[in-house]
Amino acid sequence: MMTALLIMAGIAVVLGAALGYASIRFKVEGDPLVEKIDAILPQTQCGQCGYPGCKPYAQAIANGEADINQCPPGGEEGIRHLADLLGREFKPLSEEHGVEKPKSVALIDEQTCIGCTLCIQACPVDAIVGAAKQMHTVVEPLCTGCELCIAPCPVDCITMEPVQETVETWKWKYPVIKIKEEA
Amino acid sequence: MSARLFSFHGGVKPEHHKNESAGSPIRPAPLPTRLIVPLRHNTRAVAVCRVEPGQTVLKGERIGDAEGVLGTAVHAPASGTVVEIREHPMAHPSGLATTCVVIEPDGEERWVPHQPYDHLASDRQSTLNYLRDSGIVGMGGAAFPSHVKLGAGSGIETLVLNGAECEPWITCDDRLMRERAVTIIDGAIILFELIGARRILVGIEDNKPEAIAAMRAAAADCKAPIEVVAVPTRYPAGGEKQLIRVLTGIEIPHGKLGGEYGVQCFNVGTAHAVHRAIRHGEPLLSRVVTLTGNAAQPGNYEVLIGTPIADLLPLMQPKPGTDRYLLGGPMMGFALPDLSVPIVKGSNCIIAASQALFPEPEPELACIRCGECARACPADLQPFELYWYSRSRNFGKAQEYHLFDCIECGCCAFVCPSHIPLVDYYRFAKTEIWARERENTAASQARDRFEFRNYRIEREKAEKAARLAAKAAETKAKLAKTGEPVAIEKGGDDKPAVSSDDPKKALIAAALARAKQQKAEVEARNTTDLPPETAAEIAEIDARRKSLDLSSKATSTASSTPNQASPPSVESKLPQANDAADSTGTAVHVNEERK
Repeated sequence: MMTALLIMAGIAVVLGAALGYASIRFKVEGDPLVEKIDAILPQTQCGQCGYPGCKPYAQAIANGEADINQCPPGGEEGIRHLADLLGREFKPLSEEHGVEKPKSVALIDEQTCIGCTLCIQACPVDAIVGAAKQMHTVVEPLCTGCELCIAPCPVDCITMEPVQETVETWKWKYPVIKIKEEA
Repeated sequence: MSARLFSFHGGVKPEHHKNESAGSPIRPAPLPTRLIVPLRHNTRAVAVCRVEPGQTVLKGERIGDAEGVLGTAVHAPASGTVVEIREHPMAHPSGLATTCVVIEPDGEERWVPHQPYDHLASDRQSTLNYLRDSGIVGMGGAAFPSHVKLGAGSGIETLVLNGAECEPWITCDDRLMRERAVTIIDGAIILFELIGARRILVGIEDNKPEAIAAMRAAAADCKAPIEVVAVPTRYPAGGEKQLIRVLTGIEIPHGKLGGEYGVQCFNVGTAHAVHRAIRHGEPLLSRVVTLTGNAAQPGNYEVLIGTPIADLLPLMQPKPGTDRYLLGGPMMGFALPDLSVPIVKGSNCIIAASQALFPEPEPELACIRCGECARACPADLQPFELYWYSRSRNFGKAQEYHLFDCIECGCCAFVCPSHIPLVDYYRFAKTEIWARERENTAASQARDRFEFRNYRIEREKAEKAARLAAKAAETKAKLAKTGEPVAIEKGGDDKPAVSSDDPKKALIAAALARAKQQKAEVEARNTTDLPPETAAEIAEIDARRKSLDLSSKATSTASSTPNQASPPSVESKLPQANDAADSTGTAVHVNEERK
């Protein structure tokens, strides 16, 4: 009886020590869940979710403060991925946060631009170049289409242009099965 | 010959349909009224335009410079005038537009000065650059730049010349080998010397006996170790990996290229183009195109690059019943969305399609898991699995099943008893995966840029604070030196808080001291040095103000601020009286008015 107890206690002590050591030795820096959520988010940094950027929103989802359907640029597919990752139910995009739009980039009307630099300060990814009283322009490949530059522009010279399909970005369509017309 | 042949897995044997056009020799196509030369010959690279509208160009003049690793130059196929540079649909299943140089030929065919290039006297890199600037790309269909292929491999053992031409209907390589075997062999020897291979293997399907005979005759006349091998006719024997497998027995693994295994493969048309470029100094301006299908006069034509396909159709005289035109073979080609698209370097065949020859695909039925597709797949894939995952958009799984090893040969769809357009699903999945990869790259770039911006803003804030602190410390040090005498001079009525360690307080103290000094300097300036009568006037006004003040004090308690002798001092008092703000302000205003 006593031997059995001692053996069991001994095993418990050894395993406990091993677990304790492992928890220190293999400690994961940062929250891996936040990183995973952040990887799904589109990185538009538009703030439509109500958080100042994708990372803070990912943090808020991980903490359970935000819902998964607050990201319009991510769209339905993004919500599905988040639902899969977090094991939650899919829910449609929350309307108060905006609607899913085709991918667009900002375009500055260079004739109207007065060079106030307000859009440069608003751009979350530094995709607008220009200097005070000099014409500004958007570096198209870097623009995430967040629309944050539109509001600050005092002369309303920024418009969003949908991205056109080119030969490089063209995609084959999903094969359509023809259904026979009823006689 | 003596070489032992190997076999690749799968493959199909569709009807050849080679006899329709194989008998007719290569004839030059008539000069079109307009040449539309795209600056892009594949989806990967665009040349940089170097001509302007209105400019006259000579035949063979370079109109586009190579840009990027996969770029090649583009040349004027005929002498004439550049009419415009515009977006025009290109020979691509999307029918999307690309930048094209439109040339109106003058019919004089005046050549740009050119001379042969001695590749043996030049170093390898400059020869590769010469080929790039001659616009040499693979003529088999993909238009992959040849100089990249030649530059990639080191230690290449075998140069494979691809004359298999396994797709039904197409006979352009067949005719080229029959008629120009000597130049092809010469081009192959140039490639052989450039790449430093040990032997050349020419693979030709055994349904082209004339081509094999012609190539053997040409090969017998030269000293290079060339072997012309007849390979069994089985589609897709002309696929690069399949031909290498048949000729050498080397099976190139997933994700690898022939060059890594000592084998490099070129099309016979490419060898011909290399011969023209090196021996005659002529850039790639034309190619042989098979016109066939539901036509009265099928044949092979030497067509200038940029000739609109619509201009070629009268040559083959399409028969009634033709409802669409295919570019490329029936297995891998696509229906042209627009007949104004020009011939490019990779266009090998135009087929007039009719319902009789190419009936509408039967309705797609459910997959019955018969496994026929897996038996036919020359890439050793499991097409039905790929189909499931592509169809359900489970792209990760599709990639696990090596979707990108699929060569889109169409064997699986050819044998499918349920008539499933399998290749369409794979193409859909491939482009979808590429799009996702692009999005992911863009997202991670945006993330990096956003994080860097935040870091920069933080850093700027910190730097500003540090600057201010440094300045404050400086002021403090200065005050420690000069502040004492200043304080004594001022009579010590308001001691600056120099004793405090807080840099902010030190700053405020310094500012206060400065303001006080300024005030002292400014104060009495407009009341001193006055003539006696003015002084008397001021005294009178002051007296009046005092009496007014007293009366207003009696009526209103708010305007209790005592006004001073001179207007400047009134203003200097204002900030201190801020708490009593409005009423004081109005009181002063009233005073001014009354004055």
